[in-house]
Amino acid sequence: MARIISNINVNSDEFKKRYQFNKKKVEEIEAVRAELSKGGPPKAHEVNQKRRKLFCRERIEKVIDKNSPFLEIAPYAGYDMYNNDAPSGGIVTGIGKISGKDVMIIANDQTVKGGTYYPMTIKKHIRAQTIAIQNNLHCLYLVDSGGVFLPMQDEVYPDKEHFGNFFYNQAVMSSMGLLQVAVVTGLGTAGGAYVPSMCDQVIMVKNQSAIFIGGPPLVKAATGEEIDAENLGGADVHTRISGVADYLANNEEEALKKAREIFAHLPKQEKFKLDRIAPQEPYYDTDEIYGIIPEDLSIPFDIREIIARIVDASEFEEFKPLYGQTLVTGFARLGGYLVGIIGNNGIIFPESSQKAAHFIELCSLRKVPLIFLQNITGFIIGKKYEHQGMAKDGAKWITAVSTTNVPKITVIVGNSYGAGNYAMAGRGYNPRFLWMWPNAKIAVMGPKQAAEVLSSVKIAQLEREGKQLSQEEIEAIQKPIIEEYEKKSTAFYSSARLWDDGIIDPKKTRDYLILALEIALNKKIEDVKFGIFRM
Amino acid sequence: MRKIKKVLVANRGEIAIRIMKTLKLLGIGAVGVYSEADKLSKHISYADEAYHIGEPEALKSYLNMERIIDVAKKANCDAIHPGYGFLAENHIFAKMVEDNGLIWVGPPHDCMRNLGDKINSRIIAQKANIPTTPGGTIEDLDKAHELADKLGYPILIKASAGGGGKGMRIVHDSKDLEESIKIARKEAQAAFSDPTVYIEKYIEDAHHIEIQFLLDKFGNGLYFPERECSVQRRYQKIIEESPSPTIDRHTAQEIGQAAILIAKTAGYYSAGTVEFIYDKKEKKYYFLEVNARIQVEHPVTEEISGVDLVALQIDIAEEKPLEISQNELNLRINGHAIESRIYAEDPDNNFMPSIGKIEHYREPTGNGIRVDSGFFKGSEVLIHYDPLIAKLIVKAPNRTMAIRKMYAALSDYHIAPVKTIIPLLKNIFQHEKFVNGDYNTRFIETYAADLFNTKKDSKYVSEAIVMFNYLKHKKHQAEVDEYSQSLQPYWDTIGYWRG
Repeated sequence: MARIISNINVNSDEFKKRYQFNKKKVEEIEAVRAELSKGGPPKAHEVNQKRRKLFCRERIEKVIDKNSPFLEIAPYAGYDMYNNDAPSGGIVTGIGKISGKDVMIIANDQTVKGGTYYPMTIKKHIRAQTIAIQNNLHCLYLVDSGGVFLPMQDEVYPDKEHFGNFFYNQAVMSSMGLLQVAVVTGLGTAGGAYVPSMCDQVIMVKNQSAIFIGGPPLVKAATGEEIDAENLGGADVHTRISGVADYLANNEEEALKKAREIFAHLPKQEKFKLDRIAPQEPYYDTDEIYGIIPEDLSIPFDIREIIARIVDASEFEEFKPLYGQTLVTGFARLGGYLVGIIGNNGIIFPESSQKAAHFIELCSLRKVPLIFLQNITGFIIGKKYEHQGMAKDGAKWITAVSTTNVPKITVIVGNSYGAGNYAMAGRGYNPRFLWMWPNAKIAVMGPKQAAEVLSSVKIAQLEREGKQLSQEEIEAIQKPIIEEYEKKSTAFYSSARLWDDGIIDPKKTRDYLILALEIALNKKIEDVKFGIFRM
Repeated sequence: MRKIKKVLVANRGEIAIRIMKTLKLLGIGAVGVYSEADKLSKHISYADEAYHIGEPEALKSYLNMERIIDVAKKANCDAIHPGYGFLAENHIFAKMVEDNGLIWVGPPHDCMRNLGDKINSRIIAQKANIPTTPGGTIEDLDKAHELADKLGYPILIKASAGGGGKGMRIVHDSKDLEESIKIARKEAQAAFSDPTVYIEKYIEDAHHIEIQFLLDKFGNGLYFPERECSVQRRYQKIIEESPSPTIDRHTAQEIGQAAILIAKTAGYYSAGTVEFIYDKKEKKYYFLEVNARIQVEHPVTEEISGVDLVALQIDIAEEKPLEISQNELNLRINGHAIESRIYAEDPDNNFMPSIGKIEHYREPTGNGIRVDSGFFKGSEVLIHYDPLIAKLIVKAPNRTMAIRKMYAALSDYHIAPVKTIIPLLKNIFQHEKFVNGDYNTRFIETYAADLFNTKKDSKYVSEAIVMFNYLKHKKHQAEVDEYSQSLQPYWDTIGYWRG
């Protein structure tokens, strides 16, 4: 492989300006994340401490292996939604090592409305289970939830990917041989009772946790029976009388230790043997990424400059470097692992589509995972390209990216507009993980284009009514559209709604990718079976 | 009897390590010293404590007597072991050590002074009725001519104070005598600050035979089977073996007893060596000199006898009597041992020292293979000191097997990129004359054409290059597996990470 030759001038004013801008963006997302990590309001924490209960993030720190990473999923869920009442969506999810095993941890945040499920809490819980299913991960549920957030029951209870889907997933995962463990540290009420009940092994904490289909108030209302939580469905009841739980712990620490023991006695996971050599740090400083991404994403930049600051030794074996040049494809090493990389260098043409499909076929047959680096405004339009069959070439790419057998990991580094998002393994194409950079944008089209399309419809309507619009009037129509689009295409907007798995510091992209890649290897890469490629 | 608890080893390299290893076995503390250039050298890591003693030049460090004695006192040592070379045969230093209330692990200093002078030591040998090489001192030119004529040419001129071939000259004709004496005197003056030279009969089929002995302070003595050290380059030994293929057992015993007699006559105690010249044609031996120290080639004797000579030196210094008798020792002797000195020198470039960093280093191992080395991977061969990297000693039931073992061990000894004399040594161990035990002190110069003929295998060079390039990329499956297993998951190496 050959080292990428960088053409970046780190002493240029442009570089310095961009560096400052992106650095600030990163500080901004980190400040938000730090705030979200605090969970619910101080008052809720006080109550929690009074009950001598740990905060859900403390539980995670205690249960995972010392001095090991925690790959948090969707920390920005629910941001700027529900009056900011559900920081991180009221649930903390992520992958950690427990007794050496890769485990998806799903932890209710009891300081956020008693750990109840908002729509985004539901989405995040299911996203975590989906990652576990796709990557063969065991699950640990740290249960401390009052069930669904009743005021929004219509958005969390009935639909396919709502509350009920949790238990379905647990049953499916158990059948796949993935261990489901619950540590009940608070309440598991009603539907919440089934999270632990559906687990293989359940630990309860004495005088602290309780599981019941109906809590004491409901029991009293329905039957007149007066009983407290501990006697109705406490740890003693379930470990001695009902058998709903398996282990009785005297306190949370003991319960978390027990969970570690359970994972310790699990057979070791065999990972898929992906070709690997000794890892090397990139030749170019990853810090320089800040100086490359333009403030205004309509200004193009060479994606190779980004690749050079992510991959081992900055070495890249480019495939078809002279053909379909708006797409960059090639092989590289990440942490020593062989990967295929697809990045955008402009709008998609029929040639670049064919090249992408070809390259995905190569990687699929060779079982080489794919990394997508999105900076895409869309497919080329116009008579020439429609006649050339842009749509069928795009279809080839979509077929390849949909039916490939290899793990895909996507990072939106710049724009993610239109069908380009799809072809480049957007959320709908089941990449194992998808992250955004702080300045990245995601929407069906750019704000300006959207405003022009929408305003032209309006203008045509008015013209039919015989009205002529001045430039000012047109701008007045366009302005709110642009503002609306700009607001709804930011990384924060996307991440709050789980269109991605988080906003990440561009400098840490390499870490994220290698960690994710090793997680993806828990699932064997099967032989490829593509669909029809329209010719 | 006195007890030694802590010894300063006033040396560097392999001999310092070798001594420290025995000190550890005896439960005695080992104090190392090092010059500025040696601060990362191997011998320091074998010391319990180590002290800096000065600049790289030996005169300012390993030969700096005051400094070494200061360090010994500061470190609360009760003895100094000098190893070989440096201050080992300096009787002034030996006296200084004792004057400072420290024990000198070696012979008495006055005895060292007497034996240190070659003429003096010949007189001691003659006193013990041991033959010395016919010859004598040069009083004036006429007498020198007279003596040389009596001995018959060729004759040898030697420096009285010297060793290592400096100031030594062979004279084939009486007309060259005057000039040769002049040059020899000049060389002797330059090397030893003493121009005294003497004349000796030059023996054509000469063998260097030496006897390792031990004498305690109670008059008990032990002599060991002879070592033959006839393979020499520029009067420096490079191969030593024991027993010698040249002499029979009866002669060996005779020479051994002679050695003890000389040493006793000199008032010696501790370990030492008496060197003899053996004239194979005449079947006669002549006293040459006494080495009043542990020698480079002592492991050869250790291997065939099973004794630890350094441990016995310490015993004697502690004023203990030797515990085994000559008869018991004789029963212990078995097998054949050979030593090769691994010098960092280029044999194809007139033994030019090859200094620099050892990037690749792998020692041979196995039953009966001993490596006394002062270097490891990453060590530097320094310009300031003797370029001896290591001594490779093999022991086998008989001489033939020992030679084969040595050849195999040399082939397994990998040192790069500094040049060593290993290729020359391998040629010697394959040479018919050596294998048959038919060699004398002129072996290397006589068969130089065979031994230095490196072009012998040149027709395979291109094949070797192709093979090397092929093998470079071709790894054994077990090695590949081990390699990929050694690649730790990123999850296990990144440590605490929260994104």
